[in-house]
Amino acid sequence: MLEVTNLQVKAEGKEILRGIDLTVNTGEVHAIMGPNGSGKSTLARALSGHPEYEVTGGTVLFEGKDLLEMDPDERAREGIFMAFQYPVEIAGVNNAYFLKAALNAKRKHHGQPELDAIEFMQLIREKAKDLEIDQAMLSRSVNEGFSGGEKKRNEIFQMTLLEPKLAILDETDSGLDIDALKIVAKGVNAMRSPERAIIVVTHYQRLLDYIVPDYVHVLSGGRIVKSGGKELALELESKGYGWIETGAEPVQA
Amino acid sequence: MSTSTETIEQLATREYKYGFYTDVEAETIPKGLNEDVVRMISAKKQEPEWLLQWRLKAFRLWQTMKEPTWHNVKYDPINYQDIVYYSAPKKKKALNSLDEVDPEVKKTFDKLGIPIDEQKLLAGVAVDAVFDSVSVATTFRERLASVGIIFCSFSEAVREHPELVKKYLGSVVPYTDNFFATLNSAVFSDGSFVYIPKGVRCPMELSTYFRINAKDTGQFERTLIVAEEGSYVSYLEGCTAPMRDENQLHAAVVELVALEGATIKYSTIQNWYPGDKDGKGGIYNFVTKRGLCAGDRSKITWTQVETGSAITWKYPSCILQGDHSIGEFYSVATTNNWQQADTGTKMIHMGKHTRSTIVSKGISAGHGQNTYRGLVRIGKNAAHARNYSQCDSMLIGDKCGAHTFPYLEIKNTSARVEHEASTSKIGEDQIFYCRQRGISTEDAVNMIVSGFCKEVFRELPMEFAVEAQKLLSVSLEGSVG
Repeated sequence: MLEVTNLQVKAEGKEILRGIDLTVNTGEVHAIMGPNGSGKSTLARALSGHPEYEVTGGTVLFEGKDLLEMDPDERAREGIFMAFQYPVEIAGVNNAYFLKAALNAKRKHHGQPELDAIEFMQLIREKAKDLEIDQAMLSRSVNEGFSGGEKKRNEIFQMTLLEPKLAILDETDSGLDIDALKIVAKGVNAMRSPERAIIVVTHYQRLLDYIVPDYVHVLSGGRIVKSGGKELALELESKGYGWIETGAEPVQA
Repeated sequence: MSTSTETIEQLATREYKYGFYTDVEAETIPKGLNEDVVRMISAKKQEPEWLLQWRLKAFRLWQTMKEPTWHNVKYDPINYQDIVYYSAPKKKKALNSLDEVDPEVKKTFDKLGIPIDEQKLLAGVAVDAVFDSVSVATTFRERLASVGIIFCSFSEAVREHPELVKKYLGSVVPYTDNFFATLNSAVFSDGSFVYIPKGVRCPMELSTYFRINAKDTGQFERTLIVAEEGSYVSYLEGCTAPMRDENQLHAAVVELVALEGATIKYSTIQNWYPGDKDGKGGIYNFVTKRGLCAGDRSKITWTQVETGSAITWKYPSCILQGDHSIGEFYSVATTNNWQQADTGTKMIHMGKHTRSTIVSKGISAGHGQNTYRGLVRIGKNAAHARNYSQCDSMLIGDKCGAHTFPYLEIKNTSARVEHEASTSKIGEDQIFYCRQRGISTEDAVNMIVSGFCKEVFRELPMEFAVEAQKLLSVSLEGSVG
C-alpha cells in the first residue's frame, strides 16, 4: 500500500530525513520509534504533505500512485489520515460542521453522494458513543477550549468517521493520562482491519502496550537504524535508545 | 510542493464583479466647488431657503477647515476642485411609478441583483435606489405608508416633510462636526429618509442601495432615520461602483435618532470598488455615522461588513443619552491587496445604566492595512454604565498589518469597562489541518474566516447574512493560494 524509497526531507533548510525506506502493507500496524529529533514526526508530516517539509529526494508510492505529486487535501481524500500531535483550534467553526465538510469532500472525490445534515448527524451520533464524545463536544468549535485528552479523542473520532486507508498517528500518546490513552487505543484498535494500515509514531513503548504493532522501526539521525517485531519496542524500553544510536549521527529537529 | 510563503504570495487577481459602467444620459455639472455650486445643487432640488442657508454655513466653515491627518491611512492629497459634485440620470418628467424609471438605470440595478420591480423583490425588503447623486426609485412605499412609515429619498422628504427634516437634520451630526461631514452638509445631493411613527414595528427590512456610476463624480448622500417612541426598524445599505483607475470620493453622513424605547438596527454591506491588485483606483470612503439614543431604553445597533473601498474611514457611533439605553457595534472589515481601513466606533455614555457592546473583527490580507479605532467615554453622570469591547484581528500572509487604538475616558467610578483584544495569524497550521482532512485551501480559508466573523454575521438580517458571507469569501479569494 505504501512504498517509501530513499525518502529525504528538509525542514527550515535543515536535512532531517536522510533516506528512509519503508514498506507498509494493508492490514499491518507499524510503529515508528526513536529519540527526540530523530525525524519520526517529520516522516509523518512529510507523508501527509505538510508545506513546511520539503522533499529533496526519494519516492513515495501510495497504492501505486505518486504520493509526492498530490496536494495535502488530495492525499487526504485518497485515504491518508494523520492524527496530529498538536491538533489546532479553529474558533467559530462548529466541530460537526467541520467534520461534515471533510467527510463530504472525501465522498465527492470518490463519486459518492454527499450526506445531508440529518444523515450526517445520525452517523456521528453512532460513532461518537464509543469514544466517549458527547453531543456538546460536537457543537463546540473545532478543538477550541478542548483539554489535551479531548483533542486527541477528537482526532481519533475524526479518523473513525473518515475511515482512511492509511492512518498515521503522530505522537498521539503525548500528554495523555492512562484513561485517555486507553480510550484512544480502543478507538484505534477498532479501526484495525485487513483493508487498512496504521503507522503509530511514538517516543514511548507505553502506547504499544495497548496498540500492539506488527512491526517496529527505530529512527535515528534521519534513518531507520533497526526494524523488528513488537519485541523490539520492549527491548528499547529496557535498554533506552542509547544502544541503538551508536554510530548514528544525531540531527537537530 | 510550495512553501508557505509562496502559497501566501499568490494574491488575489479576481475581478470585481460590480465594476461595470452604465451609459445613461446624465445631467452633470462642471467640476469644482464654490458657493455657486452649492446654490446650484440647492436650486436643482428646489430647496427651501433655510436649507440653502444651512448648506452655505457649512460650506463657509469647510473652507476654513483642514483635512484630518490623525488616521492611520495614506493617500495622495485630494483635489476638491477636480470632483463633480452633482450628476443625475436625466429624466423627462417626474416619476409616477416605478415603471417609469430609466430602463438603463433599472438594468443597472437588475445586474447588481437589486431589481427595483416590486414583484421581483424579496418579499420582506423595501429598497431605495440611489444612482450617483439622486434617488431613482423607492419600493413598497404605499404598503409602508399604510402604517404611517415614511420611506423616501432625502430630497422628497425635504419637499414633503420639511418640519421633520428641519427638526432632525444635523441634530446628531452637526454641520460643524468634521471636515468630511461639513463638506457633505454643503453639497449633499440625496439619500434616504425614514420615519417610524410611535409604537410601530416596521413590517419589512428597509434598504438603500447606493451606486456610483458617473466618472469623476463624488457621492455625498445623507441618511436620516427617526424612530419614535417604542418603534422598531431594521435598515440595510449596500454600495458598489464601477472599476476606474482614478480614485472617487464618497463622503456620506448618516444620522439616527431613537426616542424612548425605540430600536434601530442599521446594517451596512459596503462593497465599493476597492482598486486593482496594484492599488490603482478605488473609492475613498470617508463617512460619518452616528446615532442618538435620545430616549430611555432606546437601542441602536450598527452592524457593518466592510469589504470594499481603497480607503475606509468611518466610526459609526452611539450617543447613549437616555437612561438604560443600549449601543452596539458589530464590525467585520477586510483589507486585501492595497486596501486600507481605519474604522471603529465611539460609545458615548451619558445616561445612567447605559450599556454598550463593541465587537470588531479585522481581517488583513495582501498588503492591506486594517486599523480599529474606538472610543468608550463614560460621562460623570453615567452611573453604572457598562461597556464590553472585543477587537480581534486576523492576518493572512506577512505583508499586511493590523492595528488597534482603543481609547477609554471614564469619569464615573461606578462604570464597568472590559476590553479584550487578540491578533491571530490565519494559521498555515489551521489551513493545513483542514487540508489534511480533505478540505481544499479555498474552502478552508472561507471556513476559518467565517468562523472568525461569526459573532458579527449573526447580527445581520437573515436575508443578507448569506450574501455577506459570500462577499467576504470573494473579497479574500486568492489571498491564500
